[in-house]
Amino acid sequence: MKLISRLADPRYYQVAVLTTLLSIGVFVLDFGIRWQNAVAIILTAQAVQFIGTRLYGLPRFDPMSALITSLSLTLLLRTELIALAIAAPAIAISSKFLIRVKGKHVFNPANVALVTLMLLSDHAWVSSGQWGSAAIGAFGLACLGFLVLTRARRAETTIAFLACYGALLFGRALWLSDPMSIPVHQLQNGALLIFAFFMISDPKTTPNAAVGRMVFGALVAALAFVIQFIYYQPNGPILALILSAPLVPVIDALLQGTHYRWGKSDAQSSAHVKGVQT
Amino acid sequence: MKIFITAVTALVTVMVTTTAQAFCGFYVAKADTSLFNQASQVVLVRDDDRTVITMANDFEGEARDFAVVIPVPTMIEREQINVGDRAIIEHLDAYTSPRLVEYHDGNPCARYDREELMSMDANLPAAAKELKRSARSQGVTIEASYTVGEYDILILSAKQSDGLIRWLNDNGYKIPRGAERVVDSYLGQDMRFFVARVNVKEQSRLGYQYLRPLQVAYESNKFMLPIRLGTLNAKGKQELYVYALTRTGRVETTNYRTVKLPTDVELPEFVEGEFADFYRDMFARQSEKENERAVFLEYAWDMAWCDPCAADPLSHEELRKLGVFWLGKNGQEAKRMIQPQAQNVFVTRLHVRYDAEHFPEDLMFQETGDRQNYQGRYVIRHPWKGEASCDLTQYDASVRERQEREAQLLANMTGWDIADIREKIPFTGGIRPVTVKEPWWKRIWD
Repeated sequence: MKLISRLADPRYYQVAVLTTLLSIGVFVLDFGIRWQNAVAIILTAQAVQFIGTRLYGLPRFDPMSALITSLSLTLLLRTELIALAIAAPAIAISSKFLIRVKGKHVFNPANVALVTLMLLSDHAWVSSGQWGSAAIGAFGLACLGFLVLTRARRAETTIAFLACYGALLFGRALWLSDPMSIPVHQLQNGALLIFAFFMISDPKTTPNAAVGRMVFGALVAALAFVIQFIYYQPNGPILALILSAPLVPVIDALLQGTHYRWGKSDAQSSAHVKGVQT
Repeated sequence: MKIFITAVTALVTVMVTTTAQAFCGFYVAKADTSLFNQASQVVLVRDDDRTVITMANDFEGEARDFAVVIPVPTMIEREQINVGDRAIIEHLDAYTSPRLVEYHDGNPCARYDREELMSMDANLPAAAKELKRSARSQGVTIEASYTVGEYDILILSAKQSDGLIRWLNDNGYKIPRGAERVVDSYLGQDMRFFVARVNVKEQSRLGYQYLRPLQVAYESNKFMLPIRLGTLNAKGKQELYVYALTRTGRVETTNYRTVKLPTDVELPEFVEGEFADFYRDMFARQSEKENERAVFLEYAWDMAWCDPCAADPLSHEELRKLGVFWLGKNGQEAKRMIQPQAQNVFVTRLHVRYDAEHFPEDLMFQETGDRQNYQGRYVIRHPWKGEASCDLTQYDASVRERQEREAQLLANMTGWDIADIREKIPFTGGIRPVTVKEPWWKRIWD
């Protein structure tokens, strides 16, 4: 029973995939990820999770979500200051405990930490180009990510995001009479795929209803496009997600759905959240 | 980005003769931009949304044949344009070039350690009206025209590319085929066109024999370099160097991989005479390894110092002339801030070999917080050649081992034939190291 419930928890797959990506980044692509940062991020995340568990009287200490957050941060955050590498998971994990609406945390933990540090410091950044655009690499990432998603059974956000973002990129190319190699190149971005499959897909911070998740994915895509191609700022998707996150409680209030619980399939989950019908 | 009427001639760079002794080895040679034909050099000074761009090219044909068409993100006033000094760019090139350094082994018989070395990390009063009239008839707006130094400059905007291209062709700018789509794309992105050509009268009056770099200062949230026009007329791949001067740290591309070239590598002694060939082949091989889709980092350093120096750091005055606007006039800021990072300028040298197939999109940049110093540094270690007062068997063996290791590394980095390399190495004592014959399949996939 215990084994079955573990297999039903998609986080084990997520950890495996993120660790694989991290290894590729370090050993094949030579990203310049500092091991000191990785250690600091992982340890701090667990420590804050432990403190939060005690302070908020949660039934048991669960290291998995904090581990996933710290792996995402290790993959995306770049800094040479160890203090920032400690601050990132501290912000990420504490946001889960502090910023909650109706028992559900509002921001994706890794996302809120990245944006906070990038806004407050010149010494934190995301190297979105470092994955390169080798088509095979992108394909591999997508497949691995999809594996995680199908286990999570909540793929609507990712699919809606990628479909809308792709449509906007191709639409822009058509409007500018650009060759199609440009949007194809833009989509073959490793950081974009990591965002789509491992950040925006987080079932804990996306709307409870399937339609809500699609609306949310499309909204993030539209905002990301505006930031990246109208305001010409890097990291459009990451910024778009944090701007859209406060709308999740609103979408939840409008659309009925089931709050996600790790290790339970949707049918098993008992925590039905009644939405307000309008 | 690139000149439309090109010439295949390299920049002539000033040779640096100072060989200063430094902790990171004795400087012997550098791999500057003159190694590569048809190289463009761009200096990007950027802080917040303010940008000063300096463009140098290796055009050495007849000055009246020179023209340049550059997409710019904003309207450009007369005061935003300047003609710069080529010598400063040559200095910046020399300062940031990948470098070859050498060490001489100490006397192996002496007692001090001979362990591994520390690895270290356009004004046309009469014709102007006619120009404007013909422009309007083709849907092209001449937003401004200036003469700056030896250049006649026009700022153009248009509704559609065909009118603009026809107008440019009618007025003597040879625009390559296939430019319509690219020009349309830039017009769609609300960009204007900066068009410059040489005013031969002004040039002879000023007395310059060569073309000086053009400088433009503007404010825009686009931190990018338009390269797509350059891929149209090029015969083969284009060579581009970007020197970014920023306040915070290293600059990298956000839509292509920025890759550090192999550095701090020990090479066989004969490379000293073939450093240029070595660097060219090494660059080509590394570029292939990245599927020809990467931007390469050649130098990232705080402008206040260097070690070893391929040339002295740029002076306060030179940096001001390149448009580093945050430095006070006459060193005011430098006087106020007496600390190690007095210059407050971080330089990033990027080298990209591009064509339309592998670089479909313009280069987009971001400034990072990374202030870690990086340089392309290649090392030659000369074995001890002095009198021996002790048994050198062990030392000689270690040198031979090192020579073989260097040969293999060199073959690996450049794709040169290992047998040819070994041929050129004077193995100590004349004894070639016993090497197992390579199996026939070892290199068939290379």
